[in-house]
Amino acid sequence: MTDRTRRIVTLAMPWMAMAVFLIVWELACIVFALPEIILPRPTKVFAVFVQRIDILLAFCWDTLWTTVLGFAIAIVGGVVLGVLIGASPLIYAGLYPLLIAFNAVPKVAIVPILMIWVGVGALPAVITACVISFFPIVVNVATGLATIEPEMIDVLKSLGASRLQILRKVGIPRAMPYLFASLKVAITLAFIGSVISETVGGNRGIGFLMLSAGARNDAPTTFAGLFAIAIMGVAMYAVCVLVEKRMTRWAFRGQLVS
Amino acid sequence: MTFVDLKAVSLTYRLGKETTLALADATMDIGEGEFVAVVGPSGCGKSTIMKLVTGLLPATSGVVTVAGKRVTRPIKGVGMAFQNPTLMPWRTTIDNVLLPMEIVEPHKRRFRRHRAEYVAKAMALLKTVGLSDFADKYPWQLSGGMQQRSNLCRALIHEPALLMLDEPFGALDAFTREELWGVMQALWLEKRFTGVLVTHDLREAVYLADTVYVMSRRPGRIVMARTIDLPRPRTLASTFEPAFVDIVHELRDRIHQEHAA
Ligand SMILES: Nc1ncnc2c1ncn2[C@@H]1O[C@H](COP(=O)(O)OP(=O)(O)OP(=O)(O)O)[C@@H](O)[C@H]1O
Ligand SMILES: [Mg+2]
Repeated sequence: MTDRTRRIVTLAMPWMAMAVFLIVWELACIVFALPEIILPRPTKVFAVFVQRIDILLAFCWDTLWTTVLGFAIAIVGGVVLGVLIGASPLIYAGLYPLLIAFNAVPKVAIVPILMIWVGVGALPAVITACVISFFPIVVNVATGLATIEPEMIDVLKSLGASRLQILRKVGIPRAMPYLFASLKVAITLAFIGSVISETVGGNRGIGFLMLSAGARNDAPTTFAGLFAIAIMGVAMYAVCVLVEKRMTRWAFRGQLVS
Repeated sequence: MTFVDLKAVSLTYRLGKETTLALADATMDIGEGEFVAVVGPSGCGKSTIMKLVTGLLPATSGVVTVAGKRVTRPIKGVGMAFQNPTLMPWRTTIDNVLLPMEIVEPHKRRFRRHRAEYVAKAMALLKTVGLSDFADKYPWQLSGGMQQRSNLCRALIHEPALLMLDEPFGALDAFTREELWGVMQALWLEKRFTGVLVTHDLREAVYLADTVYVMSRRPGRIVMARTIDLPRPRTLASTFEPAFVDIVHELRDRIHQEHAA
């Protein structure tokens, strides 16, 4: 295989895998004569998708902006807290156990509380998305800072650098690859968060759409919603990967970017 | 005039209940503008001395004085180079070399506005070690020897009054190493900074140093201070002359005693 064909095949692989998956699904539905209410055929889902595109888009937009807003807040807060925890052993000792405990709480459990506090609507979704994607960002940024080579710090200290300067010259750049690696995980979690919130008690968004379609036994619409979430998830993941490669070329030793 | 002064300095590493006496009783007197080399068995506390002098570690007992001031915390503006290059992978070679300028006064204050002037200076330094063509490359695009040469440039760029070198040539091939001895000597002859070099290579020690300190096995003590009064500039040819070879043998014998003990 030449390099060129290999590259084309590599690019085509995920699409082919998806096509096979959908064809097997479609055939299984026909062969086993599965009722639509249990598992609709992909072609049917696609038909619904096209037919109800305007409502899907509107609800997608709700889910997307709440997710991205929550995610953005999580990035800002996560970086600040991560830097504090990573840079100061004292803050680390104080906050880390708390953070673990906080992360162990199932996020579904907080949605009802949020609804008491802020009512239904977009806000609970934003907050859930933020809270759930916060943890991996904090942990990764803190890890990046805590694992700086001691010699690198020694060189800076003997030049007379202050703690703030050490943070700026090594800490932050060093933590960047860790941050961007965590974003990939965090954005997926953020979607989970907002959709959970919409499902548990929302009046908007894809989660709400799926829940109400499910209540009407409208399986194709439920699945169309599922597809929509998957597409948004993959798209945002791709954006994060792109940003990661742009921002931290050095961490890949230039290899992945050619 | 004394520039670096260690009086009966000892250091114990503590990790929980475990303690290691790394340095027992080091007494050294390094003059201003003197270049000394420290040799001794592995693990005898040479790197520890470097950290004590720069104030990165506080002495367990004894007194460390640099430039007339007692050292209690990291002193400023020292040039340091370790065995591994510790360059920053997110900076190009030239930006790595310029790092001290962003931290050490008075350069820090002037750096932004006079950047071109500093870049020219860094380029000149890179040229002396044969790296002018690699200024815009990242460290991971450089060979190990090239990284080590950039590392030396970074230690020297701000013309420190005190240069601490911990086996900086250790990982290099013999040719590059000997070439860098020459570069190092030329720089020292020009700038006359105070230099401390830790090394395992006795020829390197004798080539570069005014005084070679020999240390005992752990816990380290200074067991010998040999003044090298060979004329400068020394050349590779002079490393094969009898006077030079005799000193190397003398040092080697003393270290062998330590190993046998
Ligand atoms: N951070 C540390 N914690 C505990 N013990 C240490 C630490 N650093 C060094 N030591 C111990 O102190 C002793 C001296 O270490 P040092 O690094 O100064 O040796 P060295 O003379 O530089 O050896 P080498 O020539 O192999 O580099 C060693 O026995 C080592 O085990
Ligand atoms: Mg050492």
